[in-house]
Amino acid sequence: MTKAEAILVIGAGEAGARAAMALRENGFEGQVTLLGEEAHRPYERPPLSKAALTDEAEPEAAFILTPDRLDEHGIRHLGGRAATAIDRAAHAVELADGGWLRYDRLLIATGARARKLAVPGAGPENVLYLRTLEEARALRSRLAPGAHIAIIGGGFIGLELAAAARARGAEVMLIELAPRLLARAVPAAIADVIATRHAAAGVRLLTGIGIERIEAEGERHAIRLSTGERIPCDGILAGIGAVAETGLAERAGLAIDNGVAVDARLATSDPDIFAAGDCCSFPHPLYDGRRLRLEAWRNAQDQGNAAAKSMLGGSGAYDAVPWFWSDQYDLTLQIAGLPDEGHETVTRDLGDGARLDFHLATDGRLVAASAVGPNGRIARDVRLAEMLIARRATPDKAALADGSVKLKGLLAG
Amino acid sequence: MTITATTWIEACDADDIDAEDVIRFDHAGHTYAIYRSPDDEYFATDGLCTHERIHLADGLVMDHIIECPKHNGRFDYRTGQAKGAPVCLALKTYPVKLDGGKVLLGLA
Repeated sequence: MTKAEAILVIGAGEAGARAAMALRENGFEGQVTLLGEEAHRPYERPPLSKAALTDEAEPEAAFILTPDRLDEHGIRHLGGRAATAIDRAAHAVELADGGWLRYDRLLIATGARARKLAVPGAGPENVLYLRTLEEARALRSRLAPGAHIAIIGGGFIGLELAAAARARGAEVMLIELAPRLLARAVPAAIADVIATRHAAAGVRLLTGIGIERIEAEGERHAIRLSTGERIPCDGILAGIGAVAETGLAERAGLAIDNGVAVDARLATSDPDIFAAGDCCSFPHPLYDGRRLRLEAWRNAQDQGNAAAKSMLGGSGAYDAVPWFWSDQYDLTLQIAGLPDEGHETVTRDLGDGARLDFHLATDGRLVAASAVGPNGRIARDVRLAEMLIARRATPDKAALADGSVKLKGLLAG
Repeated sequence: MTITATTWIEACDADDIDAEDVIRFDHAGHTYAIYRSPDDEYFATDGLCTHERIHLADGLVMDHIIECPKHNGRFDYRTGQAKGAPVCLALKTYPVKLDGGKVLLGLA
């Protein structure tokens, strides 16, 4: 590419911001524009369901880039500007305010939005969601000591919200439709540890229970459960998953398959348009090309880096091991790989109540590891497991189960 | 002998750290990470990651890199240099010397 060329990134979240920086780190000297719907500079979202809710002070954004760093790298950040259409023939993007931005290469990093609860009465006046800093501030204002908070959804966001609400002294009930917590994310044994910790913290957990409708009750609200029970509360927070932001790509006629469909280089069905982060689905070489869409901070970072290289002509396949973490109370949960690819589980006791489950495929290959415990107890071993997964290792089961065998030693084998 | 303000504090036995590993050392309200490289050299840095103040001693050492256990921020523990996102601020390093099988940490 020449200096005159322009790369436009739509979406100024983790993936978009990282891609913009990575373009410079990889020597691109053309124009880099980072377009964001939110007025803020790019900021980290993981704290929004954690420290931003529990810290004493009203939360400030954890900015990824300072204005100086943006300047220094010659990245033009356009905040508070939404893209409304991609004109692929003209290589230009239309903005909501009527402006147009030309591109030679385009990165779609539009992320995902919170899935909305689809029952009668579940309007914004009754139910709060979490995606942005403003939404975190709105949630935070409900978490007063003694307030009765109902949380809908026993996934990671719901559980982190429950832990934060308890930390702030609210009375918490968590309602999950599935028979157990984290049903799609982690094995039952790990979910049990999490459920026990929440119960010990005083969270009332209702699993296998649906919601009929939401009712306003003056300043308060009430939830009518499928059991007929009516739960009055001061605030309702829902964390029931996320929906990929694919509207722009769809209207532009790009291939969609549970997200903006990209190939191993993160290119869409248009060779000048790429996608990265929560909004895209990609084939994973470690899992026979199985198409994945990941809603995860590390994936957003890694794909931002990878997409930058691909936009500059790189041919490498994105093959990072999926990795995810969640913090709840004094526990951290970390998952590397895809546990549902596993056929057999081998457990290692890490001490202090921490456990690490290795998930092995039928041919003995390590395909995932999931762990729960104090962060300092689990992180190093999950990282080593991730390296073993990347190498398609078939480690000895007895060695995996034996806490006295260093996982680092298995890497050499 | 030159005049120096460095005070040497006994941190641990040299054998307390495996090769290519790290331990935590707390002293006077401050936390440090002490490293032993694959070639048996010793180094020391501040104990907390510059990103979210996590104990680096719980992280993984590979060659001369310490990786934060929380978000995988990487530093060269010999120089403190940050090796890329999400960390951009360098780690402070401290001089280390061995004396009679003990690792001594040099504090200004």
